[in-house]
Order: sequence, then structure tokens, then C-alpha cells
Amino acid sequence: MPRLVSHPDEVKIVTKRFGMGAAEIDRYVELGGYESAKRALAEGPEWIINEMKASGLRGRGGAGFPTGLKWSFVPKVSAKPKYVLVNGDESEPGTCKDHLIFLHDPHSVIEGTIIAGLAIGAKTGFIYLRGEYRYLIEIVEKAVADAYAKGYLGANIFGSETEFQVIVQTGAGAYEVGEESALMESLEGKRGVPRIKPPFPAVVGLYGGPTVINNAETIASVPHILAMGGPAYAAVGSERNGGTRLFGISGHVNNPGIYELPMGYNLKKMIYEVGGGIRGGRTLKAVVPGGSSTPVLLPHEIETLGMDFDQVGKAGSMLGSGGVVVIDDQTCIVEFALRTISFYAHESCGWCIPCREGTDWLKKSLTRFHAGFGTMKDIDNIQYLAENMMGRTFCPLGDAAAMPTIGFVKKFRKEFEDHLDGKPCPYAKHLEVALV
Amino acid sequence: MSAETMSIFSPALASRFDALVLKYPVKRSALIPMLLYAQDEVGYLSDAVMDEIAERLSITPLDVRNVATYYSMLRFKPVGKYNVQVCTNISCMLRGAYDLFEHLQDKLGIGHKGVTADGVFSLEEVECIGVCCWAPAIQVNYDFHDDLTNDKVDAVLDTYRAKAKEGVS
Repeated sequence: MPRLVSHPDEVKIVTKRFGMGAAEIDRYVELGGYESAKRALAEGPEWIINEMKASGLRGRGGAGFPTGLKWSFVPKVSAKPKYVLVNGDESEPGTCKDHLIFLHDPHSVIEGTIIAGLAIGAKTGFIYLRGEYRYLIEIVEKAVADAYAKGYLGANIFGSETEFQVIVQTGAGAYEVGEESALMESLEGKRGVPRIKPPFPAVVGLYGGPTVINNAETIASVPHILAMGGPAYAAVGSERNGGTRLFGISGHVNNPGIYELPMGYNLKKMIYEVGGGIRGGRTLKAVVPGGSSTPVLLPHEIETLGMDFDQVGKAGSMLGSGGVVVIDDQTCIVEFALRTISFYAHESCGWCIPCREGTDWLKKSLTRFHAGFGTMKDIDNIQYLAENMMGRTFCPLGDAAAMPTIGFVKKFRKEFEDHLDGKPCPYAKHLEVALV
Repeated sequence: MSAETMSIFSPALASRFDALVLKYPVKRSALIPMLLYAQDEVGYLSDAVMDEIAERLSITPLDVRNVATYYSMLRFKPVGKYNVQVCTNISCMLRGAYDLFEHLQDKLGIGHKGVTADGVFSLEEVECIGVCCWAPAIQVNYDFHDDLTNDKVDAVLDTYRAKAKEGVS
């Protein structure tokens, strides 16, 4: 069972009910739950969207798009039904924050879904969880059933004339389904391949109706934002980055775990103080700041780096999913790059050629390289190949595979050169030699 | 198709499916959950399983196969009673997942996608399972076991071995 951790620097907003039995509906209500949904129902869509805009909340799935703005794009009048779709397909390596939300506070996701539905005028919301999270799906399904029993969901929510239904859906193993258009395809019972955009989901989405798709953490933040007020939430974070974030610190730290910290929190402090520093008395070699698709950062790059979308972007990487993967000095970066690209090669849906072929070739090149059979020219080829995948695919998976690869080659070129001339890997021992 | 007519699923699952196809705005949205729940009961997606699901959703068996082959949790041949899935993705790798995977291969005497002779265990290297902060981790069927060492994983295997002997699932 995932452990809860704590640090004095945390600002507990989304996690404030963790470990308090809030998966039980009565306990959730006792802790102030469903009050925001009731208020949203009374105040109406315009109020909700204004609060959300004022909160500065940006999409926690990784793209960082302002949530209030996203909701405001949904047409008020639509011939087809509108939908809310909660993305709990959490699959980005290094990311396990939604896992804890579903485990400890499933009603916050349900309540956030109701509020999103009220904001855009939808009568149905879907909560899609990855298939591996079966025990969490059971928790969320029970929470939904309890909410129906209380009349918080159904034809007359909270005794009003307003209808809202929630359907929980399971995935069956596919990283690509975390991409919003592929998620809709999967929910429609198809292969999880992306759709071309435009049209954007806010106009033509699930079953052809206008659809708002938000990450589970984004949705779980919503009831708290309405409870504390948009401006108060915004004040917790940094400029243009409202609120807190559930950062998942993993890898070579003493105290890995999910910590809720204000946006803009310094990354060095996050690793050395919150995460307890590098384990085994080793030193920091590199850090992947926001899940496996975000370009690696070096120790000198994190000194004053604040963890928000803009500052990490300016540093040449991305805040992504908030999965901070810490790498010590005993790690082989070529091996790490190979493991990363192997994942993307496995998960590429094959729809777009630059991604399907590119990830496969990168995997082959890096496998050969790590085994000591690379040439100097291969280093440039890896970079060239990755650069030519960028921006040439329907969905961001191609970029997600290419970006970290470019980062590894650029920042650790010497380490790649150390693998030349048939030398065994001087850094690590793990990956099998698989010449393909 | 109702639970009373010919179904290869248990009455409980058949009636669950009867309800599931009515749950969505479009019937076909039930496909992926149906495939997974059918696999949970039958063990894998046989032709007969996919044919019945196709019939229940009024789509072709080919369409079902086309979707089923996309998702990595879905499989087309039996695995062990306890399918041991070892995450070796980055966060787990950094904390010794490959050592753990090697240890499990030695211990069980099988490799990636292998099944033990007695059919109790199968082994699989999988991509990220979403427990990165408690790495290294494995999933046995749907149950997570995290923060593992070789010794801890031995104890985990023992509990499943004991369950298999008792004949409980």
C-alpha cells in the first residue's frame, strides 16, 4: 500500500483529506465535502468559470493549459450532449499522484466532475482510470454509488432540477490513451489512437459532443478552489501558476513520495530537503523534472529553479506531470535514455510514421550504443533522428519520446562517447545486450 | 443476449454485461471493460470470448480483435494463476528493478512471459504501473507490492504459493 509522507513545507489543499478516511462519503461530507458543488449549483456557470480563471489553475496532466479558459471554450448551446471527461489514465513514468487521490479522496474527483459539468452545461461525466488501477476503480465505483444513494448524482442532484450522471470507465493498458483524443477513442470502444485537431474536443469531442477533458488532479483541485476562492488559491502559487501541485519525488532520494508543494517551489530544495537528499551519500547527477518525457536537468540548472510551468519551460524542460525523477552519480545516462526510449517505442500507437519508426530506430541505436557497438556518427544520428520527430505527429507522443532523448545526448555527450569502441558500459550493468 | 441464453460466461458476469451495454450513450463503449472482465474470469481472450462479446455489442469479431490487440493488459493465451508483473521503468529501474526481475527469473525458473510448469506463476516485465514513489514495485494480477527487495519478494511469492495450495484465488 502506498505510504503517505509529510514535510513541513507542504501546503495541503488537495491532499488535506488524505489519510482521514474520506473515501467514505459520510466522512467526506463531515470534512466539508460536496459544499462546493452545492454552492456551484446555486451560483451558476459564470461564477464557477470566473473563480476558476481567478485561481490560475493550469492543467495538471502536463500541458499546463488554464482550466477556467478551457471550460469557457465550450459552446453554451449545443445540439449534441456535452460531456466532462476526467483523465485518470495516469501512465507517464515517474507519475503516481492520481493514484493517491483516487485512494484517499475519490469524492473530490466526483465533486470536481459535477462542478465542471455545471460550468459547461453537461449532464454526464466520465472518470477514466487506467486498467492497472483495478483496486482504485473499485474504490471510485463505490464512491459514485454512494453519491447516487445520497442524491448528489442522478436526475435531481442535491434536490435540484439539475441532472448529472457519472460513469466510471476502465482502461486496459495503453500509455497513449492518456492523450485526450486517444482517450475519447478508447472510451468509445476503439483502439486508442489520436484524432486530428482541429476540431478541438471543446467543440467536437466524445460521441461528437463538446467535451472538457481534465486530469484527475485538476478536477480534484476544483472543489477546494471554490471553497477557498479563486484569488486565495492563486496566491498560494507563483506568478501565473496558481495553487499547489502534487509532486512525486522518486528515484535516488532518501524520502521518495508524493508531496503537495506550492507552485514555484525550488527544485533543489525539493530534492535535498523535502526528498531528504540523495540516498547512500552519493551525489546528484541529473533530474528529470516532470515525468519521463521532460528533458533532463543538470545540478547547476536547478539551483534557483522554481517548479512552475513557466520557469521550468524557460530552463529548457517542462513541468509536465510533476514526477521528479532523481538520478545519482552511479547511473548510466545511456542506459537511462535507452530505458526511456524503450518505453515510448513500446507505447507508440503506430498511427504516425515519424513516431512509430522514430522511436523504434532510437531504441535500436541506443541498444547498440549501450552495448558498446556505437560509433561517433551514431551520436549525431540519434540527435538528428529525434529532432526530426518533433512536431511531425498527430499527438505529443512523438515529441515526448524525442525531447528527453535530445536532452540526454546534448547534456551527456561525453557519457555517450565513453561507450564507443566496444567498451563495456563504464557506468552500469543492468540492461541485457539485445542487438536487434 | 440475456443471461438465460447460451453464454460462455458465468451467470453473474453475463448479467453484469447485460447491464454494462446499457450504461453508455453508445453501446460499444462497453467493449474495453467487457474484454477485461471477461479475461479476469476466463483467463485470456479466446476466440469464443471475443465472438460472444462481438455478438453482445452487434459488432464484428474482427472489430473486437482489432481493438483487443491494441491494449497491453489484454492477452490471447493463458497465463499462470498469479501473473507477476515487474515494472522496470525508470523510477523502478533506479531502485533496482532489474535485479529484482533477474531474481524472480531465477526463483521461478522462467523468463519474460514464461509460465511455471505447475501453472501457478507467470512472469512479465511491464511498463510503468503508477507506483513510482514506492519503487521498485510489482503487480501480481491486480495487487500491488511495493518497496521491494529480493527477500521481500520471496515472501510475497510464498503467500501466493500458499494460496494456490489452499485452492483460493
